[in-house]
Amino acid sequence: MNQKNRCFKAVDTLYILMMVLPVIAGLIIKLLTKPASEGITITGAQIFFEIPMPVQNLLITESQVNSLFVLIMVFGLCLYLTHGIMGEKLMKRHLLAKWVVEKVEKMVVGNMGPYFKGFTSFVIAILALSGFSSLITLFGLFPPTSDVNIVAGWAVLVFILITYYKFKCGPVQYIKGLADPVALLPLNLIGEVATPVSMAFRHYGNVLSGSVISVLVATGLQGLSKLVLGFLPGFLGEFPFLQIGLPAVLSVYFDVFSGCLQAYIFAMLTMLYVSGGFPLELYEERKRKKQQKRLMAKTNGGN
Amino acid sequence: MLEIAIGIILGCCALGAGTAMIAGIGPGIGEGNAVAKACEAIGRQPECKGDVTTTMLMGCAIAETTGLYALVIAILLIFVAPDLLVEVLKANI
Repeated sequence: MNQKNRCFKAVDTLYILMMVLPVIAGLIIKLLTKPASEGITITGAQIFFEIPMPVQNLLITESQVNSLFVLIMVFGLCLYLTHGIMGEKLMKRHLLAKWVVEKVEKMVVGNMGPYFKGFTSFVIAILALSGFSSLITLFGLFPPTSDVNIVAGWAVLVFILITYYKFKCGPVQYIKGLADPVALLPLNLIGEVATPVSMAFRHYGNVLSGSVISVLVATGLQGLSKLVLGFLPGFLGEFPFLQIGLPAVLSVYFDVFSGCLQAYIFAMLTMLYVSGGFPLELYEERKRKKQQKRLMAKTNGGN
Repeated sequence: MLEIAIGIILGCCALGAGTAMIAGIGPGIGEGNAVAKACEAIGRQPECKGDVTTTMLMGCAIAETTGLYALVIAILLIFVAPDLLVEVLKANI
């Protein structure tokens, strides 16, 4: 029993390390590669190195590395929350994990209908990935969601899902939906492409505008405190006292609230678009007809 | 001559970025309307506060899209376009 307990705790520590080490690794990489610059500047993601490719060089940037770190963190968190969930006694974190799954399942069934109940895990994955990617700014790391490439990747994934579910009733139905009045075909095609573009731009624009405004306010306060308190001697004159406080309040809104809200909105839009593009009644009717046909063929073949 | 041309490019990029952000007016008015209606709805039926709030946040996020397009264009004009245009200019001289 004692040994079992010790083993449990050791695995727990491993999972906690899995959550903590990526942040430390990200900070170390940032410290090592950040170019020395004066003051606060607005820059995009740092490019670490390039891999030569036929069409265009593949850039390995800070945002890709950080999003991989976020993946490892979320994976560690999941393992930690569900560790020992099959055992005889439930712990607090098992209840937390169950609560999260039940809440999201309720949301998915409410928004998409019971047919899409299996989407719960996908929606939780999007929520956790997007939310933690935005919240990683709290450690001072570059948020992957403020890079359009990362968010565009997710949006393309969602677009593939939407198109897959539209194609489930056959390609004829898909083309019929696009060109219902034939004159509207180009508009519908543009609308089809606009979905992933607007999803990507919405998420990335919100996070990026938050960080740009935070940097502008911080720089402005630095200049103001130099202007107002510059006459003080030595260290007191150089220290930006006015920078204490206000940027933190802004960060609570832009990083915490806006990041979580955007994750929620991205997941919500995914659900709405996927379930909105799927004609469930037609699909069920088609399925029933196919089954009937198969049954008829079977009976005919038997005779 | 080259300095004047580069100056014109930089100035016009900044002007364009500023002009693009006029689009911020639209989402501001729209979201204001949405929140006002949501407040009215909550005042009339306080029991459906949760539903109204989530729907309002969703609607606000979608209404914000046009403003964000403008923001993306402004950011491109400030951070990307000047270098690109100056390179084009230097290549053609």
